[in-house]
Amino acid sequence: MKQALPGGPPRVAVHRNPRVRSAFYQIVVLAVVLACAYAFAVNASANLRAQGFASGLGFLGNTAGFGINQTLIDYSETDTYGRVFVVGLLNTLLVAVIGCVLATILGFIIGIARLSPNWLIARLGGVYVETIRNLPLLFQILFWYLAVLGTMPGPRNSVGLGLQPIISAIGDTSVWLGLPAAIADAWRGLAAWIGPPDVYLNNRGVILPRPLLGDGSEWVFAAFVAAVLAAFVVRHWARRRLDATGRTFPVGWTSLALIVTLPVAVLLVLGVPLAFEHPELRGFNFVGGVRLIPELVALLFALVTYTAAYIGEVVRAGILAVPRGQSEAALALGLRRGLALRLIIVPQALRVIVPPLTNQFLNLTKNSSLAVGIGYPDLFAVFAGTTLNQTHQAIEIIAITMAVYLAISLITSIAMNWYNARTNRRFER
Amino acid sequence: MKRAIFTLGLAIGFGLSVAPATAQTLKKVKDRGSLICGVSQGLPGFSTPDDKGNWTGLDVDYCRAIAAAIFNDPAKVKFSPLSTKDRFEALKSGEIDVLSRNSTWTLSRDALYNFVGVNYYDGQGFMVRKALKVNSALELNGASICVQTGTTTELNLGDYFRSNSMRHEVIAFSTADETIKAYEAGRCDAFTTDVSQLYSEKLKLSNANDHVILPEIISKEPLGPMVRHADDQWFDVVKWVHFAMINAEELGLNSKNVDESLKSNMPEVKRLVGTEGNFGEQLGLTKDWAVRIVKHVGNYGEVFERNVGTGSRLGISRGINRLWSKGGIQYAPPIR
Repeated sequence: MKQALPGGPPRVAVHRNPRVRSAFYQIVVLAVVLACAYAFAVNASANLRAQGFASGLGFLGNTAGFGINQTLIDYSETDTYGRVFVVGLLNTLLVAVIGCVLATILGFIIGIARLSPNWLIARLGGVYVETIRNLPLLFQILFWYLAVLGTMPGPRNSVGLGLQPIISAIGDTSVWLGLPAAIADAWRGLAAWIGPPDVYLNNRGVILPRPLLGDGSEWVFAAFVAAVLAAFVVRHWARRRLDATGRTFPVGWTSLALIVTLPVAVLLVLGVPLAFEHPELRGFNFVGGVRLIPELVALLFALVTYTAAYIGEVVRAGILAVPRGQSEAALALGLRRGLALRLIIVPQALRVIVPPLTNQFLNLTKNSSLAVGIGYPDLFAVFAGTTLNQTHQAIEIIAITMAVYLAISLITSIAMNWYNARTNRRFER
Repeated sequence: MKRAIFTLGLAIGFGLSVAPATAQTLKKVKDRGSLICGVSQGLPGFSTPDDKGNWTGLDVDYCRAIAAAIFNDPAKVKFSPLSTKDRFEALKSGEIDVLSRNSTWTLSRDALYNFVGVNYYDGQGFMVRKALKVNSALELNGASICVQTGTTTELNLGDYFRSNSMRHEVIAFSTADETIKAYEAGRCDAFTTDVSQLYSEKLKLSNANDHVILPEIISKEPLGPMVRHADDQWFDVVKWVHFAMINAEELGLNSKNVDESLKSNMPEVKRLVGTEGNFGEQLGLTKDWAVRIVKHVGNYGEVFERNVGTGSRLGISRGINRLWSKGGIQYAPPIR
């Protein structure tokens, strides 16, 4: 029989209270860590000051003095290190965003190919994955870079792409075949009438015409935004109708039609306020137009093919994780194959795919810093490289660069976790 | 408070990597028994390893001269190959004792490190393909130019094109090898760096005769060894190794006749070889410090000719690097 203790619960000495002890030890450990950190900080700053190194972020306002060959915003040598930072950051984000999108598309294709019942396609997928993911990425970047540079001609022998080169080639072929000169002349006349090509390939990159936006082009953009909003409204309406009546509506096709036709219609009504600045060979290089530098092309190619090999495996694992019974049940319910895939298989596979896919996005973003090997001006190259070397402010610059990569990664994670939570919620409804 | 937290975070990563400011480098080197010398990753004539891993070059001979002065043995050097990007951090952190890596003496670098002198007066130039039929750097408007990042070259390039109102595209690589490879692959119309280095890199091209170095020199590039701030004794040692080599050439001492010079009666020679006074000891070295340098490595002229001069593969004429007494600007203070 239990006896009531006199005077309430037993009094335990403070130093024997497990909660107090636990808190005490945690505070001690934290204090030691902080003390060490403080000692490092004092030591580092004292030593740097003794050697004459300035600290702080004042250097960001100084003139950089060096050129950068790909800038998404206006930049010249007279701009500041602060602007160099922004230029580098944008170049990194450019590669990361395009890379993630393309790697996801290619990765899904590879993953599905590996599961194909077609022996050849499945084997090709397998060979692709095993080759690409087992070679060092830096090696692959250098390979593509030298492959791009090695196969492309110099600017004076650029390969023109478009109608004109094809037609003039037909003219040349007809001479070679021994056809009458009049035929060749006719083809060449046609080629001359069409004018020079707009797209050029050479070892300085891919040169495209630059679209010049005329008056009223903002209306075209507005129409695009309106179409996207309308597509959301249609989707919402279709879902409510489905819930209420059970009748389906082709939301995808309607949205696509809206998003394409509305801006095009506005464009036509306004009399096409769009011109193109055509590239032209002048001196050493092409002047005018937009140029994709070979460093960007090679880096994207390497990052996308490399990451896609991993994403392919992730996708394959995701699809295999959905029990076969699920698709059999869906088909037994009378769903068409496409609907079964879209409504039953893919949503369940995504639950497995999204978390490791996030890892691959993070890897791709961080791997983009290997651009330094081929002279692509990303954040790591122009800021943690050139700027660090010119200003000697290693601690500040490395800390900023770390913080930026950390922030990019955390934002990606948060976005992907949100998406994952949203996909999972669908199952709880 | 925010600032304190910021500094704290940084220091965790870097607190350990920064060497004590008052480091006694000479003592450290003597205790270790060898000198750690920062050199390039392979620049024929200045610092380059052969197939057996032996380093040679003008900058390498300076490392050997310092080791000879301290240990009487030019082999007591460990070479640490560094990229242009990493070289200063390696010096700052104490990873190397001296940086002898064709680095240009500039104000902003001197404000953070100590340059001991100029062992090669250089200037920046351009190399192009002969097929481009370019005869002057002023004809390079609109050209793509390959350059190594983290160099004064990169900055001079921007200045030169801007002051001549010319446009250009810069492609910056982190190592010399990547830069020259991209130039060779046709990514750029021109390759720019210090002229001595152009001669040196030209040797690496598969068809060296298809390339030409343009006549314009667009900058002053005084190259020399560097040491850390706040160690005056070590600064003096390295500085006077350099001066000893120039003084030896001026006095006619070389690796072959240096032993006989011990019997010389000329007061300047006696002070240099240590038969009079205790000049080496004032530096923290021995009396025969200069004899050791000249015997094992040679005087400045010998080192120049052997590595980059007309008799070497680079075949560069002495030019302004001749002694002041022979029409050049190489000059050393007296030993007194």
